[in-house]
Amino acid sequence: MKTFVCIKYVPDTSEAEVKLNPDGLTVDDSRFSFDINDADNYAVEESVLIKEAQGGEVTVLSIGPKKSEVMIRMAMAKGCDKATRIEDDRMADYDPLMVAKVLAGGIKGQEFDLVLTGCMANDDWHMTTGVALAEELGVKHASMVNKVELLDGKVKVHRELEGGLLEVVEVELPAVLTIQTGINEPRYAPIRGIRQAQKKELNVVSLDDIGVDPASVNADASQVVLEKLYIPEMESTAEFIEGEPEEKAEKLAAILHKGGLV
Amino acid sequence: MGNVLVLAEHRQGALRDVSFEMLAVAPGVAEGMGGEVVVLLLGSSLDDMAKKMTEYGHKVMVLDDPAFENFNGEKYQMALSAIIDDLKPAVLMTGHTAQGVDFMPALAVEKKLPLVSDVVELNYEGDVLKATRQLYSGKVNAVVAFKPADTYLVTFREGAVEAPEASAAGEVEKMDSPLKEDVPYRKFVEYIEAEVGDVDITQSEILVAIGRGLKEDKNLPEIEALAETIKADLAGSRAATDAGWIPHDRQVGTSGKAVKPKLYIALGISGAFQHLAGMKGAKTIVAVNKDPEAPIFTVADYAIVDDMFKVLPKLTEKLKELK
Ligand SMILES: Cc1cc2nc3c(=O)[nH]c(=O)nc-3n(C[C@H](O)[C@H](O)[C@H](O)COP(=O)(O)OP(=O)(O)OC[C@H]3O[C@@H](n4cnc5c(N)ncnc54)[C@H](O)[C@@H]3O)c2cc1C
Ligand SMILES: Cc1cc2nc3c(=O)[nH]c(=O)nc-3n(C[C@H](O)[C@H](O)[C@H](O)COP(=O)(O)OP(=O)(O)OC[C@H]3O[C@@H](n4cnc5c(N)ncnc54)[C@H](O)[C@@H]3O)c2cc1C
Repeated sequence: MKTFVCIKYVPDTSEAEVKLNPDGLTVDDSRFSFDINDADNYAVEESVLIKEAQGGEVTVLSIGPKKSEVMIRMAMAKGCDKATRIEDDRMADYDPLMVAKVLAGGIKGQEFDLVLTGCMANDDWHMTTGVALAEELGVKHASMVNKVELLDGKVKVHRELEGGLLEVVEVELPAVLTIQTGINEPRYAPIRGIRQAQKKELNVVSLDDIGVDPASVNADASQVVLEKLYIPEMESTAEFIEGEPEEKAEKLAAILHKGGLV
Repeated sequence: MGNVLVLAEHRQGALRDVSFEMLAVAPGVAEGMGGEVVVLLLGSSLDDMAKKMTEYGHKVMVLDDPAFENFNGEKYQMALSAIIDDLKPAVLMTGHTAQGVDFMPALAVEKKLPLVSDVVELNYEGDVLKATRQLYSGKVNAVVAFKPADTYLVTFREGAVEAPEASAAGEVEKMDSPLKEDVPYRKFVEYIEAEVGDVDITQSEILVAIGRGLKEDKNLPEIEALAETIKADLAGSRAATDAGWIPHDRQVGTSGKAVKPKLYIALGISGAFQHLAGMKGAKTIVAVNKDPEAPIFTVADYAIVDDMFKVLPKLTEKLKELK
């Protein structure tokens, strides 16, 4: 089994205050901590599980800055064999279809059975890249996958639908699967793996190196334009309970009790 | 011609809410573009659903073919590709759902058309179609403008707007199926219903729900103590079920359960829209989160901005006392 796994380096904004840069088109990400996208962490684990069961090789593919190599090395520490990092500032900055084209460039010309992506990036929320990538590669796909079973020449997967209903489908290989969180239990990188990962091959390439014409993926090629970003006003009608933590607890308990809620 | 084609989504014989919700948005866009709203239904045995969709005053085009009995992303892509060539709609809108996201990106690549996904607002202003979408856990909104194209593709978020009231009757028009027989399509095997566990949280009166803010399962006993005190059942966000802190059937949200307890206490849950969709129907919502900007506060009735572990022990103690 030859597998590619696409991983994205994303900021953790769940606890952080988000501020825009003065251009109104970018987010000030200087204070965020970055790590592998949630779903991609599960995709990495799935790719390693497949390799452990079937043999073969896993290649990590990521578009991102130099500092994301920490994440890439971590994926290799968990068992991925090698990696390609694409960095090029000529690509469009806000279009998953362009990202898919660049990722396809990083795969085309090499043999593969499976490409795993996350089903959604936690920062930009498009849920678009993986399925677009399949079309760019001219192969089959299934999205929102939370179980993978390899059969002869095909793969049987569970697609997770709204309400937790599962749709079981069979897809011919090669294929792109977009992996949903919860599909497995991502491992921690073993110390030995971390040491070995430092010696694994990590190629840094530009668009030219992977044979992607910059004019086909730049801002002119993209058919959408990011017009502006803004911080939506938080409309809350909640009663914010104030005080020291213990006071807040007491006040809330009293409210719940008085309101007959408990 | 400026028509807005809305793909009505259905599953296991029932129309999905997003099909109606899109009809709150499509007419404004169609009017701006000088066209009409046309509803499209793909499937098999569609008479009842087609009738239901006509109740909003728009033409409903029906492609009834047994090959569409179950959703199949590849077949949808093939059919819609042919339909775009045939009808040349200005906009094709589908739900941003497990169906929509499974074929719209591929369709966009195939037809070299622009796509904006997970749209929550769609406007046609000064000859430009503009879509609003969210980023960064809902803390930032982006307005994305389409460059001129023959057809704009949009996947629209379920639950972003309210469905309109039924109005006038529209007509039904049948279409021929463009499917070719000999293509080896992805094979549908079966549906598996969501697991049922020991507690049905859709029936719970009080839910204490945990999120990633729990940090580790060794913190669970504190939550259980609170739940026990107020006779609540435990539930949680996807992050909590993915981490294995609570069973899968206790997950609240779009890919879990929609709950409507009289009291919902959200602890360390950010309030991603997929989560809010499952719990905003609760009668009273209490949220404890240390981030004052957490979207969960937009649906809360009572809010505490603080570290939940500093609040919890006293809360449980006080509630015990008051019993
Ligand atoms: C203001 C702004 C500026 C941006 N500038 C840039 C920029 O300069 N350069 C840039 O590359 N992106 C940039 N982005 C991000 C880019 O727009 C998105 O990554 C892209 O649209 C894909 O959408 P998504 O991340 O939501 O992925 P989704 O469609 O949700 O798909 C997610 C999956 O796709 C794969 N994937 C997505 N991105 C990558 C990646 N980079 N490497 C490997 N796999 C990936 C992963 O498997 C991931 O799980 C910017 C975003 C914003 C909001
Ligand atoms: C197709 C799809 C379907 C999905 N379906 C669902 C679904 O059904 N249900 C669902 O919940 N999610 C769903 N998700 C995931 C969703 O997008 C979010 O990732 C998830 O809801 C986040 O869970 P969370 O709020 O627990 O974690 P986070 O977003 O990481 O938030 C953790 C919160 O805890 C707070 N916190 C941390 N420590 C403390 C502390 N000590 N005290 C107080 N607060 C603290 C932080 O400020 C933060 O706000 C789905 C995603 C996809 C792609």
